[in-house]
Amino acid sequence: MELRHAGENAILISFADETAEITVGPREAAQVQAAAHAAREVLQDDLIDLIPSYSSLLVIYDALRTDHFSVLRRLRGLRHQIDAADKNTSGRDVILPVYYSTESGADLEQLARKSGLTIEEVIRLHSATAYTVYAIGFAPGFAYLGHVDSRIAAPRLATPRQRVPRGSVAIADRQTAVYPAASPGGWNLIGNCPQRLFDPAQSPSMPIAVGDRVCFMPIDRQHFLHLGGVLP
Amino acid sequence: MSVFVRQPGLLSLLQDRGRFGQHHLGLTTGGPMDLEAFLICQRLLGNTPDCTLIECSFGGLELDAQTETLLCVTGAHVALHINDQPKDLWTTHRVRPGDHIRLGRAERGCRSYVGVAGGFTVAPQFGSTACVLREGIGGLNGSKLAPGDLLPCATQTRRQRLQLAPGARPKYTTQTTVRVVLGYQHGHFPPLQQRRFFSSPWTISQRADRMGYCLEGPAIACDIQGIVSEGICFGAIQVPADGQPIVLLNDRQTIGGYPKLGAALSVDAARMSQLIPGGTVHFAAITSQTAHNVLHLQQWRLQNLPLHPLAEDA
Repeated sequence: MELRHAGENAILISFADETAEITVGPREAAQVQAAAHAAREVLQDDLIDLIPSYSSLLVIYDALRTDHFSVLRRLRGLRHQIDAADKNTSGRDVILPVYYSTESGADLEQLARKSGLTIEEVIRLHSATAYTVYAIGFAPGFAYLGHVDSRIAAPRLATPRQRVPRGSVAIADRQTAVYPAASPGGWNLIGNCPQRLFDPAQSPSMPIAVGDRVCFMPIDRQHFLHLGGVLP
Repeated sequence: MSVFVRQPGLLSLLQDRGRFGQHHLGLTTGGPMDLEAFLICQRLLGNTPDCTLIECSFGGLELDAQTETLLCVTGAHVALHINDQPKDLWTTHRVRPGDHIRLGRAERGCRSYVGVAGGFTVAPQFGSTACVLREGIGGLNGSKLAPGDLLPCATQTRRQRLQLAPGARPKYTTQTTVRVVLGYQHGHFPPLQQRRFFSSPWTISQRADRMGYCLEGPAIACDIQGIVSEGICFGAIQVPADGQPIVLLNDRQTIGGYPKLGAALSVDAARMSQLIPGGTVHFAAITSQTAHNVLHLQQWRLQNLPLHPLAEDA
């Protein structure tokens, strides 16, 4: 664990070299989550915001209430607690239903062909992994999940789509995600999740958080529509 | 009781101090680009700093008062008229039902703060009324102001009119110096590249908005192409592969994977936000200690503004 200055009121706690290839795993994710809990506890009202990501936690504090010496001292005190974070003790398990099909996932057929697999094998591989939520960003509620089985990893589309339907389940390299709202996007679409991933009107607005583990459960068309799913 | 939007101008957004504590959902902060002018507007109106005001970029806003209240415009130099009478900026004015308020085109600076006593009373989302268009959150239904919008506000007949002493008003020009706290990745920029960054004038490009200001100048090279995505703080200075820096501002994305030199001091980023494409920016490196001192001095200054009471009929 390393503490580094990011700005006038921001300190980055990092658990891996950020210039390395993504070798981040559940251990780092657990450490980031433990750091977030601990930072909330020691900084209390001096804390403004936290941004957990793959192998780091950005801590934003109120520079008019405290200073970086005090924040660094308090965060250093957490080292032992954070380094000891166990990947099995943090995060929740969340199951999300997905209707995998060519009508709900425009790139499913092509991804299968390029991977040399059948559509059924792609679905089986994608839904057989318990993914870790590494980061939330890009758009409200957009969760980066890893890691996808290397056999179905696929690069981003050369030309991003103007509009990806809400709920689209997609793959980019070894990451997967559910688009929480209709937006432009360049990931490979393989299905659709009828459960809202971000709803400002609900509390909590998101069913998942960084550090959780997500499994995808294949459902059929009828079940998808019954759960409120919308086909593009 | 409300204020009616006759014309919103190019871009008028409701903003409070900003949305905090929601980065874990991927929500950005929003809030006023020029925090100084925003906070002075609140002080003149007798408001708390978290009231909701209008941030009008580039001028052109026209409002009709539908209730009696105090109104104040701070920030960019614009011609302000109430019922076709020219009025001072950085000054509170009494407006009554039927009064027509008109902002001309922004001449020096580009962001105006238009407020009423008590602020506009709209429902917060995720703890804030700050409007972020990209997210469709805050303001009135997550949108910029449109003709016909009604902005609810309270009637206020008693508060004292105030004016900020002319010598204490910010002077907006076409260039500014932005102090930078060097960040942990600056070591990936070779010394020559860092000297180039801090000694070159930078031109604000056409891609300058509430998310960030893209700058044009000599390309700055970095040892690394990208990093594992990590949290981005306000003012972070990213340098993508083309070597042209981007200063990330209020509506920035919360995580990103470009190497960063450091972060602009918030007080200076606010001044830079008053510049339009073509404006010039210089950077100067400072330590965290200096940054801390500047923030406290700015806080003291804002708490001790020379605000002069005005007679009712002035």
